Amino acid sequence: MSHSSMWDSISGIIRRDLLLAMRRWSDAAMSVFFLVIVVSLFPLGVGPEPAVLRTIAPGVLWVAALLTCLLSLSRVFTPDYLDGVLEQMVLVPQPLSLLVLGKVLAHWVISGLPVVLLSPLLGLQFGLDGEALGVLVLSLLLGTPTLSMIGAIGAALVLGVRGSGLLVALLVLPLYVPVLIFGAGAVTSSMAGIGGEANLSLLGACLVLSLFLAPWATAAALRIALE
Amino acid sequence: MQWGSASEFFAMGGYGLYVWTSFLATALCMVWEVLALWRRRAAARAEQRAALLGGTDETAA
Amino acid sequence: MIWSKYSAPQTFYPLAGRLIPWFAAVAIILMVVGLYMGFFVAPTDFQQGESYRIIFVHVPAAWMSMFLYVVMAIWAGVGMGLNARLSFMMAQAIAPTGAMFTFLALLTGAMWGKPTWGAWWVWDARLTSELILLFQYAGVMLLRTSIDDLRRADRSSAVFALVGVVNVPIIYYSVQWWNTLHQGASVSMATGSKMAATMLMAMLIMTIAFWMYSIAVILARVRCVMIERESLPTWDDKPAVIHEAVEAR
Repeated sequence: MSHSSMWDSISGIIRRDLLLAMRRWSDAAMSVFFLVIVVSLFPLGVGPEPAVLRTIAPGVLWVAALLTCLLSLSRVFTPDYLDGVLEQMVLVPQPLSLLVLGKVLAHWVISGLPVVLLSPLLGLQFGLDGEALGVLVLSLLLGTPTLSMIGAIGAALVLGVRGSGLLVALLVLPLYVPVLIFGAGAVTSSMAGIGGEANLSLLGACLVLSLFLAPWATAAALRIALE
Repeated sequence: MQWGSASEFFAMGGYGLYVWTSFLATALCMVWEVLALWRRRAAARAEQRAALLGGTDETAA
Repeated sequence: MIWSKYSAPQTFYPLAGRLIPWFAAVAIILMVVGLYMGFFVAPTDFQQGESYRIIFVHVPAAWMSMFLYVVMAIWAGVGMGLNARLSFMMAQAIAPTGAMFTFLALLTGAMWGKPTWGAWWVWDARLTSELILLFQYAGVMLLRTSIDDLRRADRSSAVFALVGVVNVPIIYYSVQWWNTLHQGASVSMATGSKMAATMLMAMLIMTIAFWMYSIAVILARVRCVMIERESLPTWDDKPAVIHEAVEAR
């Protein structure tokens, strides 16, 4: 298969999923509100001490991003699974892993990108300064696609399974741990004055690894779920 | 041998609580696992036996 | 092919049955020897005192928890590659024992940590990866029980087990990396570089004992799984009544 037709099939999927998401924009809005609410709960629970808030900010923002991604995972495959589109996707000549990649990228645009765009605002709530905010955005930009990639594996595994909401959390959250460590670590180390570059490059490595492995594992899981 | 008496052995130099909890927990887990397997096996075989005998009843009827 | 000969349930079931007593016997003998060496031959550690003796169960449990996860993932991978039912059953049989050892490693680790570090729990690379390992065992087992279709349950949990095998080393190194960042929280876990030879020997013997125990238990469990899955026939020493029943069919 030529490069252009490969790209066509991916971008076709992305365009379709984004169009569907536009029609159901309230879903994306819910993710954003969820993120804002969760992040706002922490100062209320921990107390308004600025030094404390600044210390916990990277971890809180990253955990909130993790949970936001997790909550939107059921939207990656379930609608297509219910109306039978997914079964046709397995049968078309394009490799399933490519179509999966397209769907995951669309998921990231809907649920990951808003988190990235909103994060400087949330960081300000916690009193992060300019450089830390920059690293926060950069770390989320590198990390949230990885979260979508890994999450898709879990979403495919629990497709149509009873109690899938909790189950997918149990499967996916342990796999999110490295991303959380590197992502929050990048912000923390830039705040400590060591610079976040090392953590950011490790995040990049996670992204590359997940780009190679996750679509393939997701495709395998989808085939298992659909046979 | 570094133990002067049985009570010295059980005291474990003051760490008895930690040491014996660890070993006891390990032993209990293993015993429990073996017993659970025993019961599982008995249940599985009983079920199978019932299925087999049920099968003959059907053919007889 | 030898594989297909021994992987046939009617061959494997009695073979496993014959092997179980041997592995169990070796496990018990080695445990007795290991415990004797651990408590009566190995000297007192001059730094940690007697509390170090916890490592005679802690290290073997931690070892088996990691090892069994890898073995489970290998069986899962073989099952996916060769489409072999027995491999999936092996993977299914390994998970509970692996989870049990993970739990024991965490518990005995806390028992060791309290007197040694003064804390039940620290966020050290080994402890954290062990904790995540427990979550992954739970994930494998719960995914299996939530799916009713056996074939899908086998394969889905195999995929998750294989993904998890990539995850554990990444977590180990990421936490190590993270600890260098948070210097304050990091605690050196070095148990003293010069361990007495008898200590090492006792630890090794206990590890092999736990290994043999695992094999015996897993073979017993895989036999249970076989009875539960393959409703007929029974390859066991069957009572006459069952024999008749089979004949009658």
